[in-house]
Amino acid sequence: MLKRVRRRYLALEIDSDEVFSSKEFMDAFWGAVLKLYGEYGASWIGLSLIDYDMEKRFAVIRTAHTTLGMVRTALASITRIGNKPAAIHISTVSGTIKALYKKIKQ
Amino acid sequence: MKKVHADLHLCPDLKDSEQVACMIRKASELGYHLIAMSLPPNFSYEKIRWLQNLCKEANVDFASRVDLKLQTSRELISSLRKLRRRFEIIAVMCESKYVARQAAKDRRVDLLNFPFLDFRRRFFDGAEAELASRALASFEIDVKQLITLEGIARIRLLSNLRREAAIAKEYHVPIVISSGVSNELLMRKPRELAALASLFDLNEASAIEAVSENPVTIVKRNKEKLSPRFVAPGVRIIRKGKDC
Repeated sequence: MLKRVRRRYLALEIDSDEVFSSKEFMDAFWGAVLKLYGEYGASWIGLSLIDYDMEKRFAVIRTAHTTLGMVRTALASITRIGNKPAAIHISTVSGTIKALYKKIKQ
Repeated sequence: MKKVHADLHLCPDLKDSEQVACMIRKASELGYHLIAMSLPPNFSYEKIRWLQNLCKEANVDFASRVDLKLQTSRELISSLRKLRRRFEIIAVMCESKYVARQAAKDRRVDLLNFPFLDFRRRFFDGAEAELASRALASFEIDVKQLITLEGIARIRLLSNLRREAAIAKEYHVPIVISSGVSNELLMRKPRELAALASLFDLNEASAIEAVSENPVTIVKRNKEKLSPRFVAPGVRIIRKGKDC
């Protein structure tokens, strides 16, 4: 029987003076993953963008819980988004979206 | 108990007071409780006090640090004699093998750092690690190059770091992970620095130790040694007066 995939939801803060579209953000993220882990490693990550607020520079992404370390590393290695200097910091990690938003509100 | 996180290598332009203040505030926001800045050897006590006050306002502890970049072991010994009692952290940028060996065996040196781009001058091998482990020196890794380099340069750097981290582990040399950055956008949270350490095969527990216990121990030990109450390791003055 197939094992159920456990997931992790990450709330991210984008640290920059510029504003980025969700496409630019995801391109930067995939670029970092591909550079560090290659296409094979990237295939394990199971990443999707859940929420993105361009003005607040806030994003929520989902990943497999086994690859949380890889995602943390890839996010920490990002220095530019769309060729403009930026950094991405993880503010909260949670197992469900509900708990994630609850933690953010706190 | 809550972990105390430290970044012992911030390199702002000390002439730009706005940038210095900005980096201190950023360090506090990112969750650091202790920071150290690379200062020139002739940095005055007044300026150190100014930095301490800035850190106090931001709720961060400050440790003064000097980076020694010397060509000969004789110069290193002479500088250590002059500077050991002025700075809380002494780091040596080992650019020659003689300096690297002298720094590793000298108990006055806290951190050993190696040039990132010149891979032939990374002298952290078994002999260096054995000397460092006896003298309580730690091996410092700056993540700046790890996040700014790309392509073959980063591949070679990672391969060297993987070998050196394994050597440090084998000889029980504490590893200290610092940022080494001069720009606030390159600063990372302690957990993010630890995550980057997985790239050179450092396990999670060791990586977290490298951004918390290991740097904090160095600063605590040196602050105690520099305090006027210190007599010898484990011996300090508790009270002075006629009734003692």
